[in-house]
Amino acid sequence: MVTWTDFERATIQDIFSKIDYDIVGPDALSRCLIVYPWTQRYFGSFGNLYNAAAIASNPKVAAHGKVVLGGLEKALKNMDDIKQAYADLSVLHSEKLQVDPDNFKLLADCLTIVVASQLGKDFTPEVHAAFAKFLAVVVAALRKQYH
Amino acid sequence: MLSKKEKQLIREIWERLTPVAEDIGADALLRMFASYPGTKTYFSHLDIGPGSAHLSSHGKKIVLAIAEGAKDISQLTVTLAPLQTLHAYQLRIDPTNFKLLSHCLLVTLACYMGEGFTPEAHAAIDKFLSAFSAVLAEKYR
Repeated sequence: MVTWTDFERATIQDIFSKIDYDIVGPDALSRCLIVYPWTQRYFGSFGNLYNAAAIASNPKVAAHGKVVLGGLEKALKNMDDIKQAYADLSVLHSEKLQVDPDNFKLLADCLTIVVASQLGKDFTPEVHAAFAKFLAVVVAALRKQYH
Repeated sequence: MLSKKEKQLIREIWERLTPVAEDIGADALLRMFASYPGTKTYFSHLDIGPGSAHLSSHGKKIVLAIAEGAKDISQLTVTLAPLQTLHAYQLRIDPTNFKLLSHCLLVTLACYMGEGFTPEAHAAIDKFLSAFSAVLAEKYR
């Protein structure tokens, strides 16, 4: 069971209320595909991922980035039992999508960096740590159903 | 693998960070201590609270060393030789921690540079810091 301090709960809600989902989702996913090109292996049907410019302007990447960020809403709304809330998503990623779970951390790192560049000075070390903890819990929940 | 363009981009960015090395370094260290508390165990001999003189001077040292490496990436093994010895025989910091600090440096840069921290810059610096970390750990065994 994860325990959240009041500061962490408030901070995480605050971050999500401040970021623009339509920008952050696509940005984080395209950054992941650019910075860690091997992650492109899961997106063979997305068309042109040949270089950074192509990835950044690829409409399928953008659409999927929004889907992923939307998925984080589920964790936001179920902070006291993210493991349970993500059980089906975990099965999906392990059995259907067959994604190496190490990749979840890569995307989480890219998301942290995109949020940092959006919030600038407001993304203090304490805020950053709360967000990192939240993403770590999400990643652990997504890894849970891999057998 | 770093292209010529990436090496130049890295050089330019770290040159711009040199005058604010203290701020960048202290910020990255604070982030690392907050997100990865195990890293604090290496600093029991220093005062690493926010705003402390130790934090600033230590952060500055780290950022300036990275900036020095950035000036000629092909010579990293030569440039880092003394630091390799220091880390292997005296500091003996577990190299997994280099990844943690590298990530925190990227977050600091994202906060500092905002939109200027483009995916290209992010990729180039991430690769550079991985190479830097690998060279730093070379004498460990």
